[in-house]
Amino acid sequence: MKSRHLVHPRLAEKVAFGGLWTAAVVVIAPVFGIIAYMLYRGIGALNPEMFQVGTKGLVPAIVGTTALVLLTALIAAPLGVAAAIYLSEYAGRGPLVRAIRLALVNLAGVPSVVYGLFGLALFVMLFQLGRCLLAGACTLALLVLPLVISASEEALRQVPHSLRQASWGIGATRWQTIRRIVLPNAMPGIITALILSIGRAAGETAPILFTAAFYSLSKPFPTSLKDPILVLPYQLYVMATEDPHATEEQKWATAFILVVLVVALNLAAIAIRARLRRKQRW
Amino acid sequence: MRDSLPIFTKYPLGELLSGTRWAPTSDPERFGMLPLMLGSLYVTLGAMVIAVPLGLATAVFIAEVAPKPVQEFLKPTVEMLAAVPSVVYGFLGLLLVGPWLADAMDLPVGRFAGVGALILAFMAMPTIVSVSEDAIRAVPVALRENSLALGATRWQTIVRVVLPAGRSGIIASIMLGLGRAIGETMTVLMVTGNAAVIPQGLAGMLKPVRTMTATIAAEMGETAYRTEHYYALFAVGLLLFIITFITNSIADWAVRSAGGMRE
Repeated sequence: MKSRHLVHPRLAEKVAFGGLWTAAVVVIAPVFGIIAYMLYRGIGALNPEMFQVGTKGLVPAIVGTTALVLLTALIAAPLGVAAAIYLSEYAGRGPLVRAIRLALVNLAGVPSVVYGLFGLALFVMLFQLGRCLLAGACTLALLVLPLVISASEEALRQVPHSLRQASWGIGATRWQTIRRIVLPNAMPGIITALILSIGRAAGETAPILFTAAFYSLSKPFPTSLKDPILVLPYQLYVMATEDPHATEEQKWATAFILVVLVVALNLAAIAIRARLRRKQRW
Repeated sequence: MRDSLPIFTKYPLGELLSGTRWAPTSDPERFGMLPLMLGSLYVTLGAMVIAVPLGLATAVFIAEVAPKPVQEFLKPTVEMLAAVPSVVYGFLGLLLVGPWLADAMDLPVGRFAGVGALILAFMAMPTIVSVSEDAIRAVPVALRENSLALGATRWQTIVRVVLPAGRSGIIASIMLGLGRAIGETMTVLMVTGNAAVIPQGLAGMLKPVRTMTATIAAEMGETAYRTEHYYALFAVGLLLFIITFITNSIADWAVRSAGGMRE
């Protein structure tokens, strides 16, 4: 009997799997090479001078980034967690709730530069905030809200229903149950969501281009919410494209610190999630 | 997005969408968005041509072929790649990848559509890999076992059984990756050269282009409030919003239909 196959299936499998190994290497290897190169250049570029206040160093941008992401989290956390509590504990299955969920899915995919436009029109212009820390934090808060809401809702839903029923059974109201039973049990998940969104906010450039960022080394620190600020991603962008005085060392050092910051935040979130899975009692 | 409306009353929609010149500072001003849309299309499609086959192959590899330790190394690594800020990718493209490519292909400058496409491919890949890997894993083991029991090899099982069964999730992953590539701003702003010209043919990949996102980012900072230019940039933003809304809705619909199938 003549085989219907051009090549033997076993051989075809060997070739195909070889191709898959190659593909994985092609995807991972160049990125690793480039990141390793960046770490090498970044560490080489770091020197104590860059961490001295008042020089053309990294301190103002690090302070600015920290202030911006903390304010963002401060705005996004209460709104996001409240929305998640509503969606998970109170909302039914009506058309309104469906519309909210659809909106959340789609908002998460809106390009960040569109958030920047929205922030410009709403916070900078309409609310007359001007280009400042507060306007930038509000814009970034909008950007991370879909992430905070969906991840917090997920964490709330993971709390077993029997815990709620037990609480209601001993006479607690719905709100008491949420505050004393559901929220504490969902807290690690919610904190993970917040850390991830801080990591996202710390690396974003496009939304703050016209809402908060400026580049001037003469007035480095914000003194109020209405001051524009210097942040790491924007500093990297300007140094790489516009500032002829920026040295190679400054550029690589800025990129290095930014990547370390963002990756550290993500690793922290992963670590908390892993710990949570181990400790889970149900 | 309300701020995009005034421009539509002044210029007819057809003229905005098909106008071939984007020259907001010339006299008279022109706001033809065609070069920008084509710029986005070129860079995005170029990225997808690279990212879809490589991303799918990597997803199949992680889910079906890779030994356990390799799997456990690759999965978090790919997730971490998604977390690197786009401005860093742009920076690396500008300082490393662009000049290398320009050297290798004997081009005068290292800023053209192809660099953007290449880097965007690597930025869209984590999304494609992790979402389609989940889709592949969600295919019931029983389907695989049936196929193997009939004497099919593992590769035949992957191609004829697993991939078709997971196709909704795979479509979703491609749409999500596409959405990420279209919306990406800082990287393309830094590496594609930003010339608002209409790219032509395959050679266009080696010339500078300007995308919709990069136009907004580059020009909004210098635009006076409530001028026609300001409104025109909001119109570009609205167009972007509509495009990503469509790609996300397709992805969402694909995921939903997959869920329905399994129940």
